[in-house]
Amino acid sequence: MAFLELKNVSKGYGLGAKRAEVLHGINLSIAEGEFVAIVGYSGAGKTTLMSLIAGLQRPDTGTVALREEEVKEPSPDRAIVFQNYSLLPWLSVYENVALAVDEVFPSWPREKRQEHILKYIAMVNLTPARDKKPRELSGGMRQRVSVARALAMNPRILLLDEPLSALDALTRATLQDEIERIWESDRKTVVLITNDVDEGILLADRIIPLSAGPRATLGPEVKVDIERPRNRKELNHDPRFKEIRKEVIGYLLGAGGHQKKSLTRKLVLPDVEPEDLSKPRSMMSGRPRRKGEEKSETVEVS
Amino acid sequence: MSDYVELSQLSKIYPTPKGPAIIVKDFNLRIKKGEFVTLIGHSGCGKSTVLSMLAGLNEVTEGVIILAGKELIGPGPDRGIVFQSPCLLPWLTAFQNVMLGVDQVFYTASKAERREITEYYLTVVGLGESMHKRAKELSQGMRQRVGIARAFALKPKMLLLDEPFGMLDALTRIELQQVLLEVWGRTQLTALMVTHDVDEAIFLSDRVVMMTNGPAAEVGDVLNITFPRPRNRTALLEDSEYYHCREHLITFLEERAHHKTKAEPALAH
Repeated sequence: MAFLELKNVSKGYGLGAKRAEVLHGINLSIAEGEFVAIVGYSGAGKTTLMSLIAGLQRPDTGTVALREEEVKEPSPDRAIVFQNYSLLPWLSVYENVALAVDEVFPSWPREKRQEHILKYIAMVNLTPARDKKPRELSGGMRQRVSVARALAMNPRILLLDEPLSALDALTRATLQDEIERIWESDRKTVVLITNDVDEGILLADRIIPLSAGPRATLGPEVKVDIERPRNRKELNHDPRFKEIRKEVIGYLLGAGGHQKKSLTRKLVLPDVEPEDLSKPRSMMSGRPRRKGEEKSETVEVS
Repeated sequence: MSDYVELSQLSKIYPTPKGPAIIVKDFNLRIKKGEFVTLIGHSGCGKSTVLSMLAGLNEVTEGVIILAGKELIGPGPDRGIVFQSPCLLPWLTAFQNVMLGVDQVFYTASKAERREITEYYLTVVGLGESMHKRAKELSQGMRQRVGIARAFALKPKMLLLDEPFGMLDALTRIELQQVLLEVWGRTQLTALMVTHDVDEAIFLSDRVVMMTNGPAAEVGDVLNITFPRPRNRTALLEDSEYYHCREHLITFLEERAHHKTKAEPALAH
C-alpha cells in the first residue's frame, strides 16, 4: 500500500484562453519511510507540486492521498521546510520551535513539551544558539531551525522544498550530511524537491525528474541503489553514481528539457572592428576598419 | 606562443584602522591568446578581486596588468564582462540592451551593420525568438543569455566572467554552460572566469588556477584540462579522466576549507 499517492494530478493557473497548465498527469506513489527526490528546473512547477502535497492548494483534477485519506487542507501531518526558512524574526530559536510544538501537542505537560523542543534543537546542533533571534543566525543556521521546527511536529511526512538552494556550497554540503544523519536516525518519509541532481543522489532512495514546464510531468524514476551512509568523495568513483547522474541529467536536458523549435535562420556577422573609445571621435576616419572576412552562417533558433 | 595577458606581482591592499588588510598578494598569472582560464576558490578568497582589477573596476595597489602588449589602466570595452547578475536595463528589450554597447563601440559602422551584429549574437545564444521582449519579462536564465550576447557583441580583446551562472539553478546552469561554450567556440576569445563550481571549471576551461584562502590569497595549484574541443558533456561524464580532475579540485577545496584561518575573519572579505 502506498503511503503517499498522487493520481493523475493536474494544476493550472488563469482562466479561459490565458489559462496555463503547470502540472499535467502527475502520478506518484511513495512508500512509508522512503526518501524520494524530485529534480527539475526552476519554474517547472516543483513548488506547486509541493503545495499540492502539503494541502496548501487543491489540484484541478486527480487526487492527493496520504494513507488513503484525501488531502484537502494543510495539516501538521505534513511538515514543510521552505527555501526561505519562514521563521518569525521577533522570536528566538527556541520560541520558533515552541510555537509549532505548542500548537500540535497542546495536551502535553509543559515539561514534556520543553524537553521535546530541546531535543530537536540539539538534533540540528543549535543548542548554543537557542536564545538567538533569526537575524543573528547565518543562512545555514536559520535553515536548521526550520528543519528542527518541522521535525518537532512529528509529522508523518517531511516535505523539503529546495531547502538548501539559498546556501553556499560548503554550508550546503554540511547540511546535506546533517539531513542524511537525521533521516538515518528516525527514517521519516521524506519528499525532497531540488534542482541539484548530486544532492538527490546523495540523499534519496529514488530520484524522479520533473520535466521542464509548461505542462510539466514526472519522468522515468531512477533507483539510487548505492549503500548508505554515502560519502561525497567516494561517490565520485562509484560507477553507479556516474550512471544515475547521466540518466537523470540526460533526461532533463533531453526529452524532459525545454522544447527547442527547429527553426533555422540565416545570419550575417558584419566585418567591422570595434573603435578605440579612448580617442576622440573627431580623430577617426569615420569609416570602420575591416578585415575582409564577413561571416555568414545558418543558425538553429530556439 | 607569447603571453597575451600578464598579471605580475599583483596585490590588493585596503587600509583599515587595524592596519593594512592584504586581500591578494603577489598574484602572478599569464594567459595565452585564445586560452580559457578559470580561477577557483572559496567565497571571499579574493578571486573576484583579481577579476575586477583586470576589468579596471578595482584599482591595483601593487603590480602590473598587461593586455595585448599594453598596460591596462581603468575599464574599457576591450574587455567584455559577464556579471553574476546580468545588470540589464529592465525597461529596454534584450535587443536594445545589447545595442546600447554596440552603438558606442561600432559607431563608424552603418546602422544596418550594428543591427546585424546584435541580431547575430542574440540568435546564437538562443534568443532568436525573444530578442524584442523587455528584460523584465525574461527569465533569469534568458537574461543571463543576453548578458553573454552583450559581452561577445563588442568584439572585446578578452572576456571576463564573474561567477556567470552562480545565480541560476543547477540545470539552467548546465544549459547555459553549453551556450557559452558554443559562442566561445566561434570566436576563441581569451577568457578568464571566476567560479566555485568544480564541474563548471572543468567543462569550460583549458586551465584551472586554484586560489588559496585569503587574506593574502595567491595561486595554490594549477590543473591543465586537456579534453579536446568541442566538448560534449555526456562524453565527458563517461571519461575517467574527468573524475580525476574533479577529485583533484575537490580535494584542494576541501583541504583549504579545513585550514581556513579564523584569526582575522573580518579582514577576509
